[in-house]
This record gives sequence, structure tokens and C-alpha cells, in this order.
Amino acid sequence: MQIYLPIAEVAVNALVLIGLGGIVGLMSGLFGVGGGFLITPLLFFIGIPPAIAVATGANQVVASSFSGVLAHVKRKSVDFRMGWVLLGGGLVGSSAGVLLFNMLSRLGQVDLVVQLCYVVFLGLIGAMMLQESLRALHRARRSGPIKPMRRHQHGWVHKWPLKMKFRASGLYISAIPVLLVGAAVGVLGAIMGVGGGFIMVPAMIYLLGMPTKVVIGTSLFQITFLSAYTTLMHAVSSNTVDVMLAVLLIVGGVTGAQIGTHLGARLRAEQLRILLALLVLGVCGKLALDLFLRPDELYSITPGILP
Amino acid sequence: MIRHALFAALAPVLLALPANAQPATPQPPPEQIVAGLSRDDVDITTSFDGSEIIIYGAIKRETQIPAGAPLDVIVTLEGPAQALTVRHKERRLGIWINTGRVSVGAAPSFYVVATTRPLHLILPTAEDQRHRISIPLAMRAFAGPMEVEDAVPYTEALIRLRRASDLYRQDDGAVRLAEQTLFRADVRLPANLVEGVYSTRIFLLRDGRVIDTFRAPIEVRKVGLERWLYRLALEQPFIYGIMSLAIAVAAGWGASAAFRLVKRP
Repeated sequence: MQIYLPIAEVAVNALVLIGLGGIVGLMSGLFGVGGGFLITPLLFFIGIPPAIAVATGANQVVASSFSGVLAHVKRKSVDFRMGWVLLGGGLVGSSAGVLLFNMLSRLGQVDLVVQLCYVVFLGLIGAMMLQESLRALHRARRSGPIKPMRRHQHGWVHKWPLKMKFRASGLYISAIPVLLVGAAVGVLGAIMGVGGGFIMVPAMIYLLGMPTKVVIGTSLFQITFLSAYTTLMHAVSSNTVDVMLAVLLIVGGVTGAQIGTHLGARLRAEQLRILLALLVLGVCGKLALDLFLRPDELYSITPGILP
Repeated sequence: MIRHALFAALAPVLLALPANAQPATPQPPPEQIVAGLSRDDVDITTSFDGSEIIIYGAIKRETQIPAGAPLDVIVTLEGPAQALTVRHKERRLGIWINTGRVSVGAAPSFYVVATTRPLHLILPTAEDQRHRISIPLAMRAFAGPMEVEDAVPYTEALIRLRRASDLYRQDDGAVRLAEQTLFRADVRLPANLVEGVYSTRIFLLRDGRVIDTFRAPIEVRKVGLERWLYRLALEQPFIYGIMSLAIAVAAGWGASAAFRLVKRP
């Protein structure tokens, strides 16, 4: 079932797009990541021009994360206060990231920077999460019931001023590290063309010390708004959002996200984190191979005249 | 006697004179193309999955079919030109990165050459250069500063990549010529077409010389929903963006509500 995409100007199989959306939606519901780091490379692979893949990916992330948020709101696993503060930082960071991205593309080599960013961040985060969750699983297996996370350790983060009470997370910490996490994720998200959930989730767990159950809902909440902002920026500044492509991805995505959320409620937090860590490491490995192995085709075509 | 001899000697010159003396009204070629297209516009709808255009015609002549010299027909179909950049990767510090690049000012987005016999047998280089028929010559103007010493591998790569994605084609023998008079070429248009005016050219060759040409435009355009979305995205990007977000949010909510219903029968 071929369908012609009006903005991308290519014809693709509609069922393939729905399937792709479904897989990414499943990840989204399961792990609380937007799935941008998966959908964008997958769209390149089926022949969608990169700029359109990035912008339309953001649009699809809005739908799947919104659907996920609604499910989490029902389960009361969203810390709205934390979400708004993170979003505040995120919008500032995202705007700065877009500026940085434009600067990098004037210098050339923006592709390389993006690819290196992916490899470095996915590698670091994946390895960290895998190590931590394996250790937690091991501990749980040896001493019976799972020990609660060491949430009330008082590190350097807890000494900062401007303290706020985040009741849903059971935290009383300074707003500054929360804003900084939001901003850092916003910058990286804009450069890498993703929502940033795969960075946000571990940052919330390991830097802010939030409980895993609240982390996913809150991350989805802030990703919904951040990727809506990114979509709008792309639509206005470069006309690269293909709504036809987005609708097909969304149809698969929202369905996948719902299944993922209900599946996630049945799995243990440590198992979820191991799965996410393996997924992140897998994508990282694939991208690293692309950098280190000799490509089949050394030449590539980019539309337009580069500066 | 003398007058007759003089006339005989001058006859070829005199006969040749009208063509030289009156260049404003050139003599029509002895053989002319009369051609038609199965359609002169292609509509891109949502279910557009490529199209086929039949380019057909006849060779009109006042005289007998000249014997000996072979007759050939070349048909080309060319999409709107686009500017693009070809980049080349090299290994630096262990990783493969883009190092060189060549900008091409105008390369056709789509190009097909169909012929009666293998192109290199029927088209001499001089005629190819004059009419820009073969694929390498269909690409025009290089633009921007040349950062590399040799651009040839880049243009070769461009042609190779475009051929691989079916955007450039050389179909030797795809034009059928019957009785040196009737010809027909079926040109398949791929699904990944760009909107714009495409141009068809037909060349009639006798003994390696182009003796007549014919041109006709084909308009390729988006229609219906495709057109509406495309215009909206370009002319009202903010409204288009809001609409895209509204669809996303509605779909997200719809799926959530639908699953609640499924869970609670």
C-alpha cells in the first residue's frame, strides 16, 4: 500500500510506516523515552530525507508521549511540579541548541558532530544504566526483597539554595539542578534531533534521585511539551514537517505506547532499566560501527549548495 | 556550347545558393518528427505510485526513404533541475568523515534517455555536446568554490547514486522503430517524483547526425489533499504546525481513551 508524502516528495509503504511507529511507541510507553533516537535513524533508512525525518519524528513523539502521559496521569505517576520546572529549563536549552546547531552547520561537519554526540551519550548512559541495574538486580536476588533506592542521601545537590518541595517524588531539593538538567537535555535534544528522554530518565534517577515509577510519567510529560515546541520551530523555520508521514507513524505509535505502558506496569523497574540500557547500547553500537567501518558508498548527495 | 558547359559547371553552386542566401527561412529537413504524448500532465495524488508515459510519433517525409544510412530515434525526459552537493568520505583519525565536496548548480531531478540502439553507437560526441543528450552532459553548471582537484569522481558518483535510485536511466533499445517511420517509447516515471515542468525531447538521427528535434512539456503537479497540505506548509507554516500538533494530541488522547474502553468492558 504505497502512499505519496506531500512534503518529503517520496512514495513509501504505509504499512511499513505504521509498523515503525508501533515499535517506537512500544519503547515510549515501556521506558518513558520519546523514541526520537530510534525513529529518526529508522526513517533515514527507508529513504526519508534527513531534515524531514528529524522534524516529523518530533511530531510523532508528541503523540506517543501524550498518550503515554495520559496513562501515567491515571496511575498518578506524574510529578507535575517537577515536570514544569524541567520544561522551563528545557525550552531555554532547546532554543540555545537550535542556535548552536545552526552555528555548527555553518562550520560544516554538523553530521559528524551529531553522530559523535549519539555515540558518546548513548554509550555512556547505556553503560551506566546497565551496570547500575545489574548490580541492583544482583542485590535484590541475594537479599530477598528489593531495597528502596537511596533517595535521601544528602549530596552536593541538596546544599543549593532555592529549595522546592516535589511531593510526588518525595523530594525537597533546590530548583537549580532541576533547571540545569532540563536545559542540558534541551540543548542535546535540539542538536541530536530527539526529545531527550534517554538522557532525561537516567539524569532524573541518578542526579536528582527521583523514584523510577514517577520518572517515566514525568519525563513523558516534559517531552510532550518540548517536542511540540521543536515541531513548531521546524515547521515555521524550515517547512520540514510532513503531516502525512506523521499521521501514519502516529497511528502505529499511539497504539504501541498504550501497549507499552500496560506492559511496563507488570515488569520490575530493574528489568525495565536493563532492557532500556541494552537498547541504548545497541543503537550506540550500530552508530559507532557506521563511523569506524568503511562505508559501502563513500559518496553522498545532499540537496542544495552547502556554504 | 560554351554557355552550356559553364552552366553545368556552376549548377551545383547555383542550386546550393538559395539556402546560403536566405538563412531566415531555412529549408525544412527532409525528414521531420511528428510526435505526441499519451498525457501532458501527471497528477500526484495520495496513492501516486509512479506513472507511465507513452511518447510516440511518426517520421514525415516528402521523398523516398533514403537507403543505406541508418535511422535512429533518441527520446529524453528530464525533470526540473536542482542544486545539490556531492560529498566524499575519507578516513581521518580512524573514523569516516566527509572531507571533500563538489557543488552542482543544476542537475536534473530525473533523467531518462531511451534510444533505438546503444547510445554510443548512434550518437557522436560532437552531436552529444551540442544537444546535451547523454546523462553526464545533462548535468550542467558547477557552482561554488571547487575544494577538490578532480571533480570527475564526484560527478561519476552522482550519476551512479542517481542510477541506483532509478532517477537516472539510459534505456538502450527502449525506442521501437517500425518501417523507419513509426516510433514509440514507454517511459516509466518513478514514485519519488518532484513537482514541476518536465521536458520531453525527441531527436531524429540519420547516419550519426541530428536532422530534426521535437520538444514538449509535461506538467507534474500535486493535486487534492497533497496540494492543499503542501501549500499550507509553505504559506501558513505556523497554522500548519499547530494543525500537526493538534492531530498528534488528538491521536494520543484517542488511543488512550480507546484502550480504557477496551480494558473496562
